[in-house]
Amino acid sequence: MNLTLKVWRQANPQAKGKMETYNIKEVSPDMSFLEMMDVLNEQLMAQEIDPIAFDHDCREGICGMCSMFINGEAHGPDRLVTTCQLHMRKFKDGDTITIEPFRAKAFPVIKDLTVDRSSFDRVQQAGGFVSVNTSGNTQDANAIPIDKHDADKAFDAATCIGCGACVATCKNASAMLFVSAKVSQYALLPQGKVEATDRVLNMVKQMDEEGFGNCTNTGACEVECPKGISLENIARMNREYLSASLKG
Amino acid sequence: MTLTASSIGRKVAMALSGIFLVLFLTQHFSINMLSVFSESMFNQVSHFMGNNPIVQFVLQPILIFGVLFHFIMGIVLELKNSKSRTVKYANYKGNANASWMSRNMIYSGIVILSFLVLHFYDFWVPEMNYKYVEVLPLNPDRYFEELVHKFENPVRVGIYALSFVFLCLHLLHGFASSFQSVGINNKYSKVIKSFTTAFAVVVPLGFVFIALFHHLTAF
Repeated sequence: MNLTLKVWRQANPQAKGKMETYNIKEVSPDMSFLEMMDVLNEQLMAQEIDPIAFDHDCREGICGMCSMFINGEAHGPDRLVTTCQLHMRKFKDGDTITIEPFRAKAFPVIKDLTVDRSSFDRVQQAGGFVSVNTSGNTQDANAIPIDKHDADKAFDAATCIGCGACVATCKNASAMLFVSAKVSQYALLPQGKVEATDRVLNMVKQMDEEGFGNCTNTGACEVECPKGISLENIARMNREYLSASLKG
Repeated sequence: MTLTASSIGRKVAMALSGIFLVLFLTQHFSINMLSVFSESMFNQVSHFMGNNPIVQFVLQPILIFGVLFHFIMGIVLELKNSKSRTVKYANYKGNANASWMSRNMIYSGIVILSFLVLHFYDFWVPEMNYKYVEVLPLNPDRYFEELVHKFENPVRVGIYALSFVFLCLHLLHGFASSFQSVGINNKYSKVIKSFTTAFAVVVPLGFVFIALFHHLTAF
């Protein structure tokens, strides 16, 4: 496959970036998108051009590190996959592919296609955990009976890898799907209920302070989420938040 | 942080004011539909609504507040949202994952707001003038004639019909979405979605039918 790539290049957070066009030849349809980017970078280095910076780690679709907004969609045109699991067979010979960083005020560009997603870390640190007393006689989590239905829903919510595709794809750059997944995975379990009130209030407060937009229920996040996190989680967080606010 | 200052609190406020406006719309639609079936019944109900002190001095101010609140909050949220992505995408495929209606609520809302200005000019301003400025004598039979008179002009009927298409688009997303905002997303959501979709189509089309009916039968 021969492709034309239009890639966002930005030297540093302060620099004014722009789209650059590169041609790449003999791309195998069996390559992952990131492997194609590796080949492009080798080509650029051979031409003494600064290689394109992009995030990646596990390349198995579970770490949440890779990002990229490909042809107008977070993680590209395929569904339920991250960019590392997107294969070049999804494209056709002669295609022009636009590659941009995940864009949001709360995800500032570091360089080229890498963005700073530490706003997610701060939201998580605001309450996305269960405090455990490490006195040495901590109760075994499995000793508490949990309804299978709730356990499944909590597990589904916990599969969120925090990649930020929800923010990137939302027309409002809202982080509601991510935050609601983190709130839900604890809200559904007895271990999480103790701190449920503070958790949802603090996480939503931090989310708002980070500059994410408001959810308008377009549902785009659910469609583009590589882990299929459901909008049900957002409704659950809305309920949790309302009930927590009324409790004070 | 107070409830209304948070993103979720504001969404809930938008949803509740939206549901309130849907209830008003249902009431307005039911009364207008009477005009198709019975001139005297329409006059009777309109006279009651126009002169009952609770409707006039309690419900009407609440309605005006509800309308203004929904529009102002909608614009406030839109402005906040547009600031949440300062650098726009060169290629953004919005239609790949979300409906046109859900992505363009602000535009359908602005059309409805513009329509309301015309609607107030057509009906509400003359009504206020009749009752409270000129203080003309009560005439329980005037409402039907006034309604028919307004729909004589084909341009006005056209503007009304177009506006109701946008109301339909606004409701197709907004009505169902309000349930999600207040935290309702469960096994009943499919039924809610079917009901809200039917409402979003039937009520605006019904209003268009009423306008066309009076336009075509006035001669």
